[in-house]
Amino acid sequence: MIRAAPGLVVALMALPVAAGLAGAFLPAFGFFPALGGDRFSLEPWRALLVWPGLGAAVRLSLVTGIGATLLSLAATLLIVAAWQGTRSFRVVTSLLAPLLSLPHAAAAFGLAFLIAPSGWVARALSPWATGWERPPDLLIVNDPAGLALIAGLVMKEVPFLLLMTLAALGQADSARRMAVARSLGYGRVTGWAKTVLPSIYRQIRLPVFAVLAYSMSVVDVALILGPTRPPTLAVQVLDWMTSPDLSLRFLASAGAVLQLLLVLGALGAWVLAERLVAARGRLWAASGGRGQALDLPLRALSTLPMGLIAAGVGLGLVGLGLWSVSGLWRFPDLLPQSYGLRVWSDQSAQLWRLTATTATLAGLSALIALILTVAYLQAGASHSVGIIYLPLLVPQIAFLPGLSALGLWAGLDGSLGAVLAVHLVFVLPYVALSLADPWRAWDARAGLAAATLGAGPWRVLTRVRLPMLLRALCIAFAVGFATSVAQYLPTLLIGAGRVSTLTTEAVALAASGNRRLIGVWAIMQMALPMLVFIMALAVPAWIARHRQGVKVA
Amino acid sequence: MRFLSCAAACAMAFSLPATAQTPDPANWPAVLEEARGQTVYWHAWGGDPRINAFIEEVGAELSQRHGVTLEHVRLADTADAVTRVVSERAAGRDTGGAVDAIWINGANFASMKEQGLLFGPFAESLPNWPLVDTDANPAILIDFTLPVEGYGSPWAMFQMVFEYDSAAVPEPPRSLEALRTWIADNPGRFTYPQPPDFLGTSFLKQALYGVLDDPTVLLGPSEAVDYDAVTAPLWAFLDEITPNLWRSGRAYPANEPALGQLLADGEVDIGFSFNPGRASAAISDGELPDTVRTMVFEEGTLANSSYLSIPYNAANQAGALVLANLILDPEIQALAQDPAVLGFQTVLGMDRLAPVDRARFDALELGIATLAPDEMGTGLLEPHPSWMTRIAADWTERYGTAQ
Repeated sequence: MIRAAPGLVVALMALPVAAGLAGAFLPAFGFFPALGGDRFSLEPWRALLVWPGLGAAVRLSLVTGIGATLLSLAATLLIVAAWQGTRSFRVVTSLLAPLLSLPHAAAAFGLAFLIAPSGWVARALSPWATGWERPPDLLIVNDPAGLALIAGLVMKEVPFLLLMTLAALGQADSARRMAVARSLGYGRVTGWAKTVLPSIYRQIRLPVFAVLAYSMSVVDVALILGPTRPPTLAVQVLDWMTSPDLSLRFLASAGAVLQLLLVLGALGAWVLAERLVAARGRLWAASGGRGQALDLPLRALSTLPMGLIAAGVGLGLVGLGLWSVSGLWRFPDLLPQSYGLRVWSDQSAQLWRLTATTATLAGLSALIALILTVAYLQAGASHSVGIIYLPLLVPQIAFLPGLSALGLWAGLDGSLGAVLAVHLVFVLPYVALSLADPWRAWDARAGLAAATLGAGPWRVLTRVRLPMLLRALCIAFAVGFATSVAQYLPTLLIGAGRVSTLTTEAVALAASGNRRLIGVWAIMQMALPMLVFIMALAVPAWIARHRQGVKVA
Repeated sequence: MRFLSCAAACAMAFSLPATAQTPDPANWPAVLEEARGQTVYWHAWGGDPRINAFIEEVGAELSQRHGVTLEHVRLADTADAVTRVVSERAAGRDTGGAVDAIWINGANFASMKEQGLLFGPFAESLPNWPLVDTDANPAILIDFTLPVEGYGSPWAMFQMVFEYDSAAVPEPPRSLEALRTWIADNPGRFTYPQPPDFLGTSFLKQALYGVLDDPTVLLGPSEAVDYDAVTAPLWAFLDEITPNLWRSGRAYPANEPALGQLLADGEVDIGFSFNPGRASAAISDGELPDTVRTMVFEEGTLANSSYLSIPYNAANQAGALVLANLILDPEIQALAQDPAVLGFQTVLGMDRLAPVDRARFDALELGIATLAPDEMGTGLLEPHPSWMTRIAADWTERYGTAQ
């Protein structure tokens, strides 16, 4: 069975990926028979090139995507370098679960409410400090440069990269490397960057790529925080894709393919930049600078992203929670004039029903993805299944109409099973992403030792490797669970509107801009994956306390 | 553009004329019989909790009276349902489609009707159709100048009203000219949703009505007249007000709810909506202060209707017909018109109702911010859909892409 796993995984992924890509490429070159496009042509591209907002939209996608990725990576590495192994670091890692399980859209709404001219920050300072009796006319959210969008993305991507780094740390022998560096007189940050970072970065490379591709093509966060004149390319493609003027589908597909090319181009540029940095880094490492004096300022600097993210997410969430129970709440009141549970009680029946569906889908898809990932990793496949990462690098908006056509053609759409299958397409890559590197970095000598003692491969797997990787397995499951919970477009398109989850409901309600409703659904949408994350961190820690042998750094 | 019209023409060629209908609304007992036990998937915008609660109540009634189950598929955008039907036809699924009923009007309706994606005509054969007052409201037979011809059943009427906080604006501007002056005097306190959003483009059409000497050209296709000359005063008007809009016109709210939120936050002083009862309902829910009032322009404001349409390939057409008939029921119509529920304007004629049903409507309170029917002024006809598309595209070129 394990021998067949890589083939199975490739087949499972290849078909939807191929259909998704064909669904983007064919109409981009004029072919879509149902809409009368039965000849190939370059007309969609010409239409795209004359769209007046193209330059600005492309620039926005590049700047916000690359900017958010650079900032997220820098903040993550700085935090880990400055604080790994300290008590503060353990506190920060325990805060990861709520940060990670928060849906992007909910975090974005929370942030928007904080920083908007009518938001909490302005309310807290008004009117005593600012003299504002009414919200000032300032363009903060939806600013043309995309700064609010970058902030919203960084807020969510730092926890993700931090988690990926944590999973990698346990396998990088970081404690001993640091001990050696410190005994040679290296400063904490400099020593970490010179000894631990090179092996860590190799393991978090794919997550970084996924963050880059995601940030460049994200739709929901960009809708809430991003510029509007024009929006980012991905949002514009969605506009065209969902326009009642069906002839715009061709233009949308060309835009989607352009989005894909942009992502690939940015990834290529990133890989080149990696080479340059590595070459410079080797010289820097060889120079022998100990960087002792850098520790204090860098540690101080690293508290900035930590503090801002914790405050942004924390206060944003409190704000959403407060909105969910608020009556009238006018500017510049710091707190609502009245409270009530009306919105919660109105929604409760729907909430429970959809929570059950969401948990079923997420639990099953994460479990199946975990089993498949372990099976194909155990079979020793590595490069042949690179195709499963495609769903992370192809913008969802390009990929999904094609997938939905496949579901229709097979007559499978609208069933829970079909939605589960399409969730798997997106869940499997994330599970594989979180598990593959810890899996490969596992010290094979433990397996060798077990084999010498007479254990067969199956016994080595179940009694040695899996228990040693328990923490990574649990995190991978939680990542898969949260990924499934957050899926909007796949659930909507393949579910044909007949399978609703917390997320489809929340996004449909988000269209209302009603902060009370958004508060209710965002809190429910966050609570479910958060619970799973807390368990994923707590269970291995609890077991580790009882088995010294599986303790992880 | 040549490519676009070619695509449209090909799409038309592919579409088939409506053939013999399986459920025949003229034979109503058979429809009821066939519908019993079906589950109808009604695709309708899900962004408003009041509307969602109303649809839930309709569902309860539908199941109790006719044994039909109603599932509200909550859309973020009605175009999603159109997309769905288009994809189904692309995949060759001409029966058993996922969408049984759509809440629709405007460009979505025009697009589906032109492509032959709608079941019907059915509306004028529904048992409750005689109660619909087409004499007083002939406009409900025409959706954005496109004859409905029974492919959609009208179930609510809307008219644009401006909402203002009477505490901040004691004397609101009651015409486009007055609004122009008011914006200049109160910079940053007015905006409209960013076109091509439905409400935002509607504001542009409303402004077009206000700046034109002869607005009747709007009722024909925009290609039939000198478009640039006709719209020149509109762009002049927008050029003039834009620097004094909210955020100096550098950003716009996304849609109607987002505009409503700006009014609730006090970021703008005047908003607008297509539902004359929205402000009262929001006040009673504590979302707007009770000093908010509504008003219309002296020259009139745009009016349109909402329809229920059934896709040509819907799996549960009989159930959808029963639903279409039920929402024309006087009891349900009175529920929709209740400002505590929705505040929608009924399509029924009071003189066509039984006394007991008329009493249901007489018992309704208007709501603190809602105008009485005789204060609503003139309802202006929606321009031909080509105006909406073209003005929205031009707006994007002029104001929507400048960084």
